[in-house]
Amino acid sequence: MIILGIETATARVGCALGGVEGVLAEFHSSRDRRHAETLAPAIEFLLRAAHIEPREISVVAVDAGPGLFTGLRVGVATAKAMAQSLRVPMIGLSSLDLLAFGVRYTDRLIVPVIDARRAEVYYAKYRHVPGGVQRVSEYRVASPAEVAGELQATRENCLVIGDGALRYAGVLGSEASIELGTVGNAYPSPGALVELAHPRAVREEFVHPSELEVMYLRRSDAEINWDARERGGEAGAAAAG
Amino acid sequence: MSRILAIETSCDETAAAVVEDGRRVLSSVVSSQVDLHARYGGVVPELAGRAHVELLTPVVAEALLEAGVENGADGRPGLDAVAATVGPGLIGALLVGVSAAKAMALAWGLPFVGVNHLEGHLAAAFLEEPELEFPLVVLLVSGGHTMLVRMDGPGRYRLLGQTIDDAAGEAFDKVARFLGLGYPGGPVIDQVSIEGDPKAVEFPRALMDEGYDFSFSGLKTAVITYVRKNPDAPVADVAASFQEAVVDVLVTKARRAALDLGVKGLCLAGGVAANSLLRERTLDVCIAEGLRPFIPSRSLCTDNAAMIGVAAAWRLDAAGPSPLDLAADPNLRLI
Ligand SMILES: [Zn+2]
Repeated sequence: MIILGIETATARVGCALGGVEGVLAEFHSSRDRRHAETLAPAIEFLLRAAHIEPREISVVAVDAGPGLFTGLRVGVATAKAMAQSLRVPMIGLSSLDLLAFGVRYTDRLIVPVIDARRAEVYYAKYRHVPGGVQRVSEYRVASPAEVAGELQATRENCLVIGDGALRYAGVLGSEASIELGTVGNAYPSPGALVELAHPRAVREEFVHPSELEVMYLRRSDAEINWDARERGGEAGAAAAG
Repeated sequence: MSRILAIETSCDETAAAVVEDGRRVLSSVVSSQVDLHARYGGVVPELAGRAHVELLTPVVAEALLEAGVENGADGRPGLDAVAATVGPGLIGALLVGVSAAKAMALAWGLPFVGVNHLEGHLAAAFLEEPELEFPLVVLLVSGGHTMLVRMDGPGRYRLLGQTIDDAAGEAFDKVARFLGLGYPGGPVIDQVSIEGDPKAVEFPRALMDEGYDFSFSGLKTAVITYVRKNPDAPVADVAASFQEAVVDVLVTKARRAALDLGVKGLCLAGGVAANSLLRERTLDVCIAEGLRPFIPSRSLCTDNAAMIGVAAAWRLDAAGPSPLDLAADPNLRLI
């Protein structure tokens, strides 16, 4: 079984090939956010480097978010089209799960935090369990200050990682109980994606390409602004009436 | 024989088509997002991008099934290339189609072809009139573009003039929104105008006697000023008079260009070319001046992937496949 993993949820774009033997080939780049230009040639390069024909791919795994909208769109559109044209099933994983998996060997509370723009972050909480991590909270979007408050209230030692942890280091890392990750573990890894997808593929936990959904966690800016305007309009009308 | 799967996601239509030899449409599927954007009175880029991601897989599946090319030799479909619109358009929307087309080309070991959306519009007429004679003058009018193009053959274009402010379709949308007629503006104004008097209001015709450029922002302002001064004026009369002014300018300039350049035919392209009055007047002018009219079916004027398939065949012929690292370009120009 060959799994193709596609990872574009952050400023990094990457892909990997792997299976029962683990990761066979992996690529990633964090330069210039050229996701759409980089991804297809990178997959082509990996296939050639690993001596794998496209038709040997049996599962396409993709990071379905949350993360950067533009990147996710490129990765998910690419993954869906690969799966559709090869007639193979898909596995969608969360960027936050991938980040936590990458730093799993710790007793601390693991908190991946991804920059969501608009002064917010996506985050979730995890614990190390044999073979991986277990998520112990919902996937959420909040301001960095809210996340910091929530983590302080747990009175636990926390490991906070991700590009959100780097960007909001001042807010998130002020407590002695909280250690911040580095740039080395700030981005979800395409290798981790393939590694995490493998047991799921063995259990045949698949989705069809037309059913795979992106995890946005937040509505589009247009919808948010529209609702704000509608509510503002009503409030104004009530005040005038 | 060559068959191209073409994908179009530059704005608010998710479309896929299979075109044979650059002239026969084996399938053409268009999934419109109009309802999704209607309450915002215009296309919302972020929503368009999200919807393309959801809709493209089923739209492509339907296009392949309808074309009967699903199963060729060695389990791959009976296709020779995969094409997608690379621009101009909304970047977040373009990326979906471009990424998917590259992935399919890679998976099937086929060439990828990046297509200019405007060239697609110019190519649309060739699906119904494969023997179109050059040179031609094409009036390309849509929500994003208003231009007059001299076409001497596939890939051989000269821009004669274009809008210096709003596109014609944009003016339709803005005026329709102002008149409370809804969205999209083109079809609603076309419809409402049937009941109205096009001579009720004499709206300005900008740059009417000057060159081939267009300007529609003054007309939009004139409509707003008129309605504020005459709040009781029948909406149908205002809409009909506005439409009359737009079509008058478009057809007058297209006619002049065709006569000045001594071309044989006049061709319409783009979403606004679905407008009833524009089609009627273009036909009248062609008959009066002895020009051959090329007025594609409405479904070929509005955004679709069949026209992208034709332009892809031209491009493949002239320049070969595109590289897989080709970037989508929201501001791509025709020339
Ligand atoms: Zn168009």
